[in-house]
Amino acid sequence: MSGRLDDDVLVSARGLEVHFPIRGSGVRRRQVGAVRAVDGVDLDIRRGETLGLVGESGCGKSTLGNALLRLVEPTGGRVEFDGTDVTALGRRQLRALRRRAGMVFQDPFASLDPRRTVAQTVAEPLEVHGLRPGRRERAARVGELLELVGLDPAVSGRYPHEFSGGQRQRVGIARALAGEPDFLVCDEAIASLDVSVQAQVLNLLRRLQRQLGLTLLFISHDLSAVRHISDRIAVMYLGRIVELGPAAAVGREPQMPYTQALLSAVPVPHPSVERSRERVVLTGDVPSPAAVPSGCRFRTRCPYVFEPCDDVDPALQPAGAPGQLAACHLHGVVGREVPEGEKAGTVPAE
Amino acid sequence: MSVQPTPGPPPGGTPPAETPSETPAETPSEAPGGSPGPAGGRTATLRPARPRWRETLRLLAGNPTAAVAAVLLLLIVLVAVFDEPLAPQGANEIDVAGRLQPPGLEHPFGTDDLGRDVLSRIILGASVSLRVGFLAVLIALVVGSTIGLLAGFYGRWVDDVLMRVMDMLFAFPAVLLAIAVLAVRGPGSGNTALAIAVVYVPIFARVTRASVLGVREEVYVRASRSVGAGDLRLLTRHVLPNAAPPIIVQTSISLAFAVLAEAALSFLGLGTQPPNPSWGLMLAEGRGYIELAWWIAFFPGMAIFLTVLCFNLLGDGLRDVLDPRQRTLMGGGGR
Repeated sequence: MSGRLDDDVLVSARGLEVHFPIRGSGVRRRQVGAVRAVDGVDLDIRRGETLGLVGESGCGKSTLGNALLRLVEPTGGRVEFDGTDVTALGRRQLRALRRRAGMVFQDPFASLDPRRTVAQTVAEPLEVHGLRPGRRERAARVGELLELVGLDPAVSGRYPHEFSGGQRQRVGIARALAGEPDFLVCDEAIASLDVSVQAQVLNLLRRLQRQLGLTLLFISHDLSAVRHISDRIAVMYLGRIVELGPAAAVGREPQMPYTQALLSAVPVPHPSVERSRERVVLTGDVPSPAAVPSGCRFRTRCPYVFEPCDDVDPALQPAGAPGQLAACHLHGVVGREVPEGEKAGTVPAE
Repeated sequence: MSVQPTPGPPPGGTPPAETPSETPAETPSEAPGGSPGPAGGRTATLRPARPRWRETLRLLAGNPTAAVAAVLLLLIVLVAVFDEPLAPQGANEIDVAGRLQPPGLEHPFGTDDLGRDVLSRIILGASVSLRVGFLAVLIALVVGSTIGLLAGFYGRWVDDVLMRVMDMLFAFPAVLLAIAVLAVRGPGSGNTALAIAVVYVPIFARVTRASVLGVREEVYVRASRSVGAGDLRLLTRHVLPNAAPPIIVQTSISLAFAVLAEAALSFLGLGTQPPNPSWGLMLAEGRGYIELAWWIAFFPGMAIFLTVLCFNLLGDGLRDVLDPRQRTLMGGGGR
C-alpha cells in the first residue's frame, strides 16, 4: 500500500478479493469453502506506466487482471478506474469502461473467434461502441489498426486459422486497441508464443505503449520479459501482492524472500557465472489457495521463517530502494495480528 | 453420427502456395506503424478477402457427395412443387381391372390394390411429405435451439427451469406425445407438423445446449465481452455460429425422421387422411401386399430413403463447408 494519493493513478485496487466458492456435492450444494484466488490486493497503477505482475502459476495474477476490468466479479474490496468505482458500475457504464480498458489474452489460438474474419474481430469494439459509423469508415479504421500492429491491411478478410501465433496475437492486440483504450491488461500475452516471436510482440507492446501513451498491466510468469518491459514490478504470491517497486530495484535487490527465490530461478546467460552463483531454492509446494496459511502466507516455504510469521499477516512496507515495498517481517513486524481462532492452514515445513 | 468434420476436399482452384506463411508479417515490429502501404513483400503471400456466400457455393460444388445430394434434393423439391403437371394420372383414379399390375411401360412403378398409379401417387405425395417434414423441423429448430441456447448460455436457474420442462417432454414416448397433440388439435398436415415438432423440440434443445456449454467457455467469448459486447451480440455472433455444427447435423437427421414420423402418424390414421397420397401412408398401405406386389411399398420407401439420404449428405457437406477452418487446404494447424 503506497499510501500516496497522487492524482496520476489510473487504476487502483483496495482490499480486492476474488473468492471462488467450493460447493459440496449434496443436493443443496452448500458452500463448503472458498478458493481465495485474489485475497486482499492493494495496488495503484499510474497513468502511462507499465506495471509488470509476476508470480507462479495459480497465484491469482490472471484473476487479478480480470477482476480489475470486472471480467471476473470481485467478491470484496473495490477497484477505481480513473476515479470511478468500477465495482459499482451499471451495465451501460460498464460498457463505457470496456472501451477504455482492453485486454490481450494469453492464447492467440483461443482468443479469436474461428468463424469471424480478422476485420470482423477487430471491428467488433467499433460496432459495440458505435465508433466510426459507416462501413467504409470502419474498414479504414480496421486497416489503420492492423498497420499499427504491423499487419498488412490486406489480410483483413482472412480467418484466424490462416495466421501464425504471432500474427494472431497482433490481431488480438489490434482488437484491444480499437476502442482507443487508456489501459491495457496483457494477460500472459507472450507466454504461448515461440521465443523469437515473443521478443517481437514484446517490442510491439512497448512501442504501442509509448506511441499511444497507454497504461499497461503486463501479467507474466516470465521475469526477464517483465523486467524488459516494465517500469515497476509487482510480485504476487497466493493471491496477495508481496513485493512492489521500481523494476530495476526489484530486479536487482529483491526485499522479499519469495522474490529472491523467483529471481534466482532465472538462468544467467553466462556459463561461469551461472555455474558459480548461489541459488535460493524453495522447498515444498505452493499451499492450496483454498487453505491459505495464517499469518504470512509464504511462511511454509520461507527459508527465513521466524517468530512473528505465523501470528502477523504482513502488510506492504517500505524496504530497500525508494518506492520499493515488501510484505515481510524481516523489515520490521508490520501487519494485522491473526486472532487465535483464525489460525489455520498448513504446518510450517521443516 | 460423428460430428468430427471429415477432411475437406481440396477447395478447387486454390493454389497451394496460399497457405499462410509464418514469416512475412513477423517483420520487426519497429516498422513505422502509420505509413501507408508498408506491405511490399508481404501482400504477395496473403490472400485477400472473397465474398463469403459465393465461396460457400463454390466449395459445396467442390464436395461431390454434397453437390449430388443438393441437386437431387432440388429435383425432389421441384417435383413436389410441380406435381400436378408432372403426374401421369390423378392420385385417386381407380382402375379396378388394372389393379396390382407390376412395373411396366404403362405404369413405371406399377399399380396398387385399387389400380392407382404408384408413380403418380409418389409425385403427388411428395409435397405433403416434404411440407410436413420441413415445417416440423423448422418449428423444432427455431424453438428448440432458442431454448438450448438460453439454457446453455445463462446456466443456473434458467438452465434448470428450461431443461426440466424439456425433460418432461422427453419423458413421454414420442408417438404417444404426437398422438396426444393430434388428438387435441385434430388431424391435418399442419397439425401433424406441429405434433412432430413438439417431439423434436427437446432434442434440439439438448443438442444446442450441449454445444453451447462448450462454446460459452471459449476465450474468444470472454475476449468479446472484454471489448464490451452485450449478451445478444455474444449469442448471435459468437456462440450460435460456433455451436452450429451439431445443430446442422441434427437438422438433417431430423428432416429424415420427420418424413418417417409423418408416415407413422398417417399409418395410425392421424396424419394424412387415406384417399390422399403421402409417402408414409403409401408405405403403410403397401405393407399388406408386400408378398403379392412388392412395388406398392418399395417405391414410396425408396422415395423416403433417397430424400432422407440426401438431407443427411447435404447436412454433412454444409457443416464442413461452413467451417472456415475447413476452407483452407490443411485448416490452420490450430485447435
